[in-house]
Amino acid sequence: MIKTDSLYFKYAATDYVLKNINLKIGLGEIVALMGGNGSGKTTLIKHFNGLLKPTKGTVRVFDKDTRDDSVASLSKKVGVVFQNPDHQIFSDTVSNEVSFALKNFGFGEEVTKKRTKWALEFFNLTKYENTSPLLLSGGEKKRLCLASVLAWNPDYVILDEPTVGQDFLQKEKLREIAKMLATQSKTVVVVSHDVEFVWLLQPRVILLSDGEIVCDDQCANVFRNEQALQRCGVIKPQFVKLYEALPSLMDHPPIDVFEARSMLLKYLKEDI
Amino acid sequence: MPPLIQFVNLSFSYSSSSSPILKNINLFIEEGEFVLLVGPSGCGKSTLLRCINGLIPNLYNGVYEGKVIVDGEIVKDKNISFLATKVGFVFQNPENQIFMFTVEKDIVFGLENIGLEKEEIRERLEWVLKILNIQHLRYKAPYELSDGQKQRVAIAGVLAMHPKIIILDEPTSLLDPKTASEFIQVLKELNKSLGITVLVVEHRIDLLCEVADRIIVMGEERIEFDGPPRKVLQEKSLYLYGVTIPPIIGLQNALSELNVKINGFHLNVEGISEEIKKEAHLE
Repeated sequence: MIKTDSLYFKYAATDYVLKNINLKIGLGEIVALMGGNGSGKTTLIKHFNGLLKPTKGTVRVFDKDTRDDSVASLSKKVGVVFQNPDHQIFSDTVSNEVSFALKNFGFGEEVTKKRTKWALEFFNLTKYENTSPLLLSGGEKKRLCLASVLAWNPDYVILDEPTVGQDFLQKEKLREIAKMLATQSKTVVVVSHDVEFVWLLQPRVILLSDGEIVCDDQCANVFRNEQALQRCGVIKPQFVKLYEALPSLMDHPPIDVFEARSMLLKYLKEDI
Repeated sequence: MPPLIQFVNLSFSYSSSSSPILKNINLFIEEGEFVLLVGPSGCGKSTLLRCINGLIPNLYNGVYEGKVIVDGEIVKDKNISFLATKVGFVFQNPENQIFMFTVEKDIVFGLENIGLEKEEIRERLEWVLKILNIQHLRYKAPYELSDGQKQRVAIAGVLAMHPKIIILDEPTSLLDPKTASEFIQVLKELNKSLGITVLVVEHRIDLLCEVADRIIVMGEERIEFDGPPRKVLQEKSLYLYGVTIPPIIGLQNALSELNVKINGFHLNVEGISEEIKKEAHLE
C-alpha cells in the first residue's frame, strides 16, 4: 500500500504546493488523479517513488517511509511514466531503452530478452527495435516509456498523462492494460486531463486543487459533484452531460456508446 | 485565386528510414480555413506540418519528391527564416519555444531578427499582448507562467510575425480541459477576426470539431478522409485510423447503424439532447 499522512510539500522559497494530503492507495486499485494545471498532481506522484520527500508528514510505500528508502529501491516497486518522454528516454536504441531497467534490476538475460520482446510487441514498437528513440514521433516515444516501465512489472504503475499523443487504438490498449494489471493485484495511478478516457475506465477519482484533495470517490460520484469539478477546472464527460439533459430517459449516466444507445432506443423510432 | 497551401504529389522519406512516411500527397488548403488534422501516432502528421514551414527539406535529411507551395512560394526553394514570416509554428510543449527572460522579450525576438523598425516592433507587441489578453504577463519570466499562459505566450510570439498561417502540433495536450477549451476559443477568434489560416494536429476531437471547418484524416502514408466535420465524423471506419470519436458522435453513428435516425448530425451535447427530446416527445 501507498499511504500518505498529513503530507505537506514545498519547493524552496515557495508556498506549500501540497497541503495535508491523506491518502491510502491499495493493491489492485485503478486511481485517476485529476485537477487543473498546477494543482499538484505531478508533485504528488513524485512522492510515490521517492523522487521528492515530504517537507512535513510521511509517505509510506509497503509500510516503509520513503525517507528511509532509495529511489532505486522504490523504483522497483513503483514505476513512473512521466508526462514528457524526453525526460525519461536516453538509450541509443528502442530495444536497449526497454531492456535497460531490466538489466539494472538484475533480471537474467533470457528473462530480459523475453520481457523486452513482449513489451515492444504489445506497444507496437517491434519495427523500431534498432532505431534511435530520438527518431520516434511524440506518441511513439510515450509508448516506449510505457513499455520500458511495464517490462519490469512493478506493483504500482504511475502514468502521468498517458493518453497524450495517443490515438484511439493505443488508448484502448492503455485501458486494457490498466484493467489487466488490476486483476493481477497491481495498482495503476493515472494522472490525466482526458475526461473521456477516465470515464470509460471508471476508476476511483481523486480531484486536486491548489495542492489539496477536494474530492476522493468513485468516478460516477465525482463527475456529478458540480462544485468540486468547478473548483478543480475539470469538465464533465459528454455522457454525464447527456444524462443530465435527459434525466427522464436515462436512469444513470451511460458508460459507453452501446449502453447509451440501448437506454435511448425505446424512445426513438426506427426509420423504415 | 490558388489555394494558400498546396501539396502536389509530395513524397518524403527520412534518411533514417527505408520507407516513405508521406506518399504522393495531394492536398489543398484555402486561405482562412480552420483545419483539424488527425490520424494514428507515427502516421506522418508532424512530418506533413514540417513540410509547410520548410523544416523539411531544409533541416531534415531525406528523399523529397513533388512540391509544396505556400502563398505562391515553392517551399523547397525558400529558407526557413523567410517562411517563418508566412507560417507560424506552435509546438506541443511551449517550453520548446519560449526562451527569453521575459514574455515581452520573447515576443519581440522574432521581430528583431527580421530587422523591423523599433516603432513597428512596439506596435506589434502592444497589439499581440492585447489581442491575446496577456498584458499582465508582459514582464513575467517564462518560468512564472502556468502551462496555459505559456501556450498563449508561444502563440503571441508567432502571431506578432503576422503570419498568414498558424500551425499547431497538439497545442492542448498539456492543458487542463477548461484551459484547453479557452485556448481553442482564442484560436477560433484569431481565425475569424484576422482571417488567419489555422492548421491543428490534435487527438482531442471533442474540443475542436465544433470550431473546425474541415477535418483531414491521415492513414499510413496518405490521406484517407477530408471534409467538413459533420461529414467526416460519420465515416464508419474512422477508428481504424486512430481517430478517437467523441462519445456523442459515436452514439449518433451507433443509432444510425440500427436505422434509428435523429434529425441532423450534432457535434455537441446540447444539440443532440434537444433533438432526442423532440423525438421522444418530451417537449
